Amino acid sequence: MMPSDRSNPVSAAPEAFGLSPSSPAPLMSARSLVKTFTVGRTMKPGSGRTLHAVDNISLDVFPAETLGLVGESGSGKSTLGRCLTRLYDINGGTLSFEGTDITKADARALKPVRRKVQMIFQDPSASLNPRRRVRDVLAEVLKVHRIREGAGIEDRLGELMDLVGLRREYLDRYPHEFSGGQRQRIGIARALAVEPKLIVADEPVSALDVSVQAQIVNLFSDLRERLDLTYVFIAHDLAVVRQVSSRVAVMYLGSIVETGETDALYARPSHPYTQALLSAIPQPHNRGRRDRILLSGEIPSPLDPPAGCKFSTRCPQAQDICRQVRPVLSAISAERQVACHFPLG
Amino acid sequence: MTSAEKPILLDVNGLTVSFATDRGMVRAVRDVSFSVREGEILSIVGESGSGKSVTLLSLLGLHDRKTTRVEGMVSFRGRGILDLSPGELRSIRGREIGLISQDPMTALNPVYTIGWQIAEQIRAHEKISARAARKRAVELLGEVGLSNPQEAVDRYPHQLSGGMRQRAVIAMALSCNPALLVADEPTTALDVTVQAQVLDLLLRLRKDFGSAIILITHDMGVVSEVADRVAVMYAGRIVERGETEAMFASPLHPYSWGLMGSIPPLTGPRLARLKSIPGMPPTPDRIGEGCGFAPRCAFARSACLERPPLRKIGTQAALCILEEPERAALRRTVLSAEEFA
Repeated sequence: MMPSDRSNPVSAAPEAFGLSPSSPAPLMSARSLVKTFTVGRTMKPGSGRTLHAVDNISLDVFPAETLGLVGESGSGKSTLGRCLTRLYDINGGTLSFEGTDITKADARALKPVRRKVQMIFQDPSASLNPRRRVRDVLAEVLKVHRIREGAGIEDRLGELMDLVGLRREYLDRYPHEFSGGQRQRIGIARALAVEPKLIVADEPVSALDVSVQAQIVNLFSDLRERLDLTYVFIAHDLAVVRQVSSRVAVMYLGSIVETGETDALYARPSHPYTQALLSAIPQPHNRGRRDRILLSGEIPSPLDPPAGCKFSTRCPQAQDICRQVRPVLSAISAERQVACHFPLG
Repeated sequence: MTSAEKPILLDVNGLTVSFATDRGMVRAVRDVSFSVREGEILSIVGESGSGKSVTLLSLLGLHDRKTTRVEGMVSFRGRGILDLSPGELRSIRGREIGLISQDPMTALNPVYTIGWQIAEQIRAHEKISARAARKRAVELLGEVGLSNPQEAVDRYPHQLSGGMRQRAVIAMALSCNPALLVADEPTTALDVTVQAQVLDLLLRLRKDFGSAIILITHDMGVVSEVADRVAVMYAGRIVERGETEAMFASPLHPYSWGLMGSIPPLTGPRLARLKSIPGMPPTPDRIGEGCGFAPRCAFARSACLERPPLRKIGTQAALCILEEPERAALRRTVLSAEEFA
């Protein structure tokens, strides 16, 4: 993490949804975003139940920041990522990129957005076509978006390989000839091919072994610096998110329960869930120096979320009001927003 | 009585496991030795392909006997178990050694209830009525922390959450009160808040039942949390072993340094860059006699092409040519705090 990033007023994200006059316009902005899925639908009309995977989420992504999205499985973090890149259609609320509303944009209207917003996926072997060489995978992107032509394409392919730390000879290899870490580098190269402004990375290092994971985490940091990128970095590993993010949003059952500047949030979490989540992580660097809060039970089904605060069924601090009234995400300080009736001091 | 005075339960000596492949025999585990005392938690840590799961499966006799050659000595309670017949081994597995696997969904049969499966295991090893076995199953499910064991016993695996399934698998492993529990990545498929519950359970089992546990994991955090002793595997060998406290305070092997430098800290200052290890782990068919880590090691020298010596310091030991005080000086260059952001 560069020191300049953390002193940057942008990453401090003041006031609710970044409306402070001192902060620049957000690159991407979501308001009351909703994404639902219907599950268990049969031939019978009106059958099936509605699952709110993303439940009324508002958030801003500012230029040059890395926004970490953390949460356990079923929290909706991946679904939110796919809504931000418009890989999913959105069921409610609005989404805008560089001030343009793209909530309902169709494929044609999205094409210029795709040049600026790219996605990196968790499993690089599933996201690369096994029958195509790296050269073809990368060149296709350049051709579709008419970024380079003729000999320019070859130059750009070489540049991309250099950027992600792969040898240029590897352009003629197939995905299966690479290790997991190398395949993820190819996934990153493909995202970089269009020279995007914003990259949404969904669990980009969680399939990798620790020693290789560290290489890719470092690569993300290097690329951001060299190419002035903005990231939304989705991961369940809170230590990795802390390493790369300037600001963090914690998700639980489809909602954001807390957002804040990374170091402050990790040092002093305000939401009981954030606190419990942080305390649950075994830390090799800090043996035996923590008080673990053992939560009972597991995340409830998103099909049937608890009334009131969604965390109330597992929260050690829950009161009656928590089971009745759902708290809204609101600012408790310049850098922090929390959705809790009794935020921690 | 401290664990160092307790009798040795499992003793593994010079375990070598080779597989027949298209390109001849490939050695996945080479000359691995370790022991586990009663009531002790030993953690075997390593990345994928390091040989940690193969070590475990072969000493339990769960390898394919047609294509796998297992050499060395493994004794459990003083009795050699590598040469036992499959039938004799079966009477030890399940009763004296319980296995907890990574993915509870594959360990459980989807078409039988949890209770049926636990009772089946009990009745395979003990002469006991079906009713009594079922009663034991309910008790076990309660002991592993299922909130409503009377009801859970009649549930099918798909009706339980991931954490509850893993508890059911643990209940099954405990069903015959084994002296040794072998757990292969028991929390890897679980969320952190649930992982914390399961680790807590393992520690409680050791306390209440005195079970010894071999815990295989890739997560150094999990190791630091529960293990009494650690063995670090790389490229088929145990490259470092020692008491957990000592190992985290001053790891001996450059690979251990790299592993620790690769993990971002959760508290304190953030690092400008993680100290990643260059390159990637070798596949078993590419490992020679020399140090398997040498191609990725910043401190490798020509002597590393030879088989590395075992050097011991106090309770720790490492397969590495480095010696004090050079080792300590090099470790400081890797794990120093000066590159914080």
